[in-house]
Amino acid sequence: MSKTYYNSDDLRKFGKITEWSEELGEKFFDYYGKVFEEGALTAREKSLIALAVSHVVKCPYCIDAYTKDGLQKGITKEEMMEAVHVGAAIESGATLVHGVQMMNKYEKLSM
Amino acid sequence: MIKESLHKRESSLSYPEKQLEYLANGIFKNGELPTFKSKIEASNQYPLRTKKLETLQLNLGYMCNQVCEHCHVDAGPDRKEIMTKETMAYCLEVIKKSGVHTLDLTGGAPEMNPNFRWFVEEASKLGIKDFIVRSNLTIVKANKKYHDLPLFFKEHNIHVVSSMPHWTKGKTDKQRGDGVFDKSIQVLQELNGVGYGMPNNELRLDLVYNPSGAFLPGNQSAMETEFKKSLLAEFNIQFHNLLAITNLPISRFLDYLIVSDNYEDYMYTLVEAFNPAAVQGVMCTNTLSVSWDGWLYDCDFNQMLELKVNGKTKHIKDFDNEQYADREIVISQHCYGCTAGAGSSCQGSVSQ
Repeated sequence: MSKTYYNSDDLRKFGKITEWSEELGEKFFDYYGKVFEEGALTAREKSLIALAVSHVVKCPYCIDAYTKDGLQKGITKEEMMEAVHVGAAIESGATLVHGVQMMNKYEKLSM
Repeated sequence: MIKESLHKRESSLSYPEKQLEYLANGIFKNGELPTFKSKIEASNQYPLRTKKLETLQLNLGYMCNQVCEHCHVDAGPDRKEIMTKETMAYCLEVIKKSGVHTLDLTGGAPEMNPNFRWFVEEASKLGIKDFIVRSNLTIVKANKKYHDLPLFFKEHNIHVVSSMPHWTKGKTDKQRGDGVFDKSIQVLQELNGVGYGMPNNELRLDLVYNPSGAFLPGNQSAMETEFKKSLLAEFNIQFHNLLAITNLPISRFLDYLIVSDNYEDYMYTLVEAFNPAAVQGVMCTNTLSVSWDGWLYDCDFNQMLELKVNGKTKHIKDFDNEQYADREIVISQHCYGCTAGAGSSCQGSVSQ
């Protein structure tokens, strides 16, 4: 099998980052765990946000993790795909809104 | 969609010893993951022992009108194993002398046992506090002779526990077969119609959620809220509680995990989600499971793996209250399914 930078089994080893920097690793995982608890937003809503962000930051580990998390929370595939579109819309919007900068510059440079 | 049991297909995984071999080898043999025994040893809970016997769970047979993909019983229309009236009579004797307060009838489709109604009538006379029938719902529509089951259940104050993997048609039919969702909805409406599942009504109707794939069930109460909201809004259906049950890696679900290349990931998920606090609440600590042919097991899952109870006598006809007390429970790697997250039993989550 050809070597790749990403290996799906590495997701299981995520916790090992703590071994090389215990304090920072533990603080990160404590924070991470706290973020995903039920709060002003439900754990379900947070899972969908995480799924959308996973796609925007193009993290294959996160996509695997939050697809599974969504299934565990009873989130439907339609809800998951809509969340991905929200991420995609923001990402493409972020590109397109720079079109205004291009337009401004164009106008400024043109007689 | 599968149409036949592993047994009928003569799959090697239809043999309990092959399943146990699979669960003992690979990632558990090479030390990648700890065995269930070593895991509970680490939290000083080995050996796991029984407490007071409270529930008798009877498997009335493997025959079923459905062939669900995840079925740990490997049930289906092609299975002919059925509990006889003679074995049922032994069970009635045990109910009388053991003082169990919960009787839990399962299968297959327990209603397909030709002596099902006779047994329910006889057992009802014994004053069982919680008399459960695990119904797949569609059985009510499978044949004219089953159409009056909702009224029969009501007459005997049966606590109906029904499988419902999701509130959407697609997910339900994928796991349980085409058309199952629509029929289940109709039967739930009929049960509501005779009073089952209604607020403040004593006719109890609970639904069982088990994941339709290689993942764990989510938080039971959050899932219950979602189920209640959706079933009420879309189908005007009400029920009492949702029981979230984890799929155990045995029989057809094990076959699915292996074929779909999810086995290792699923076992990692179960082991990582191991909750020491769930161990003491697992159902095998207060339940005795009786197979269609009268053998005794610590739970329905051990029954399917043919891991009989410890002790001199192992058959319902030789049941002995004393021998049952404080018995060591037979365990293997499949037990991780009952201790993951909030824990899982036939009564749903076992801890918070």
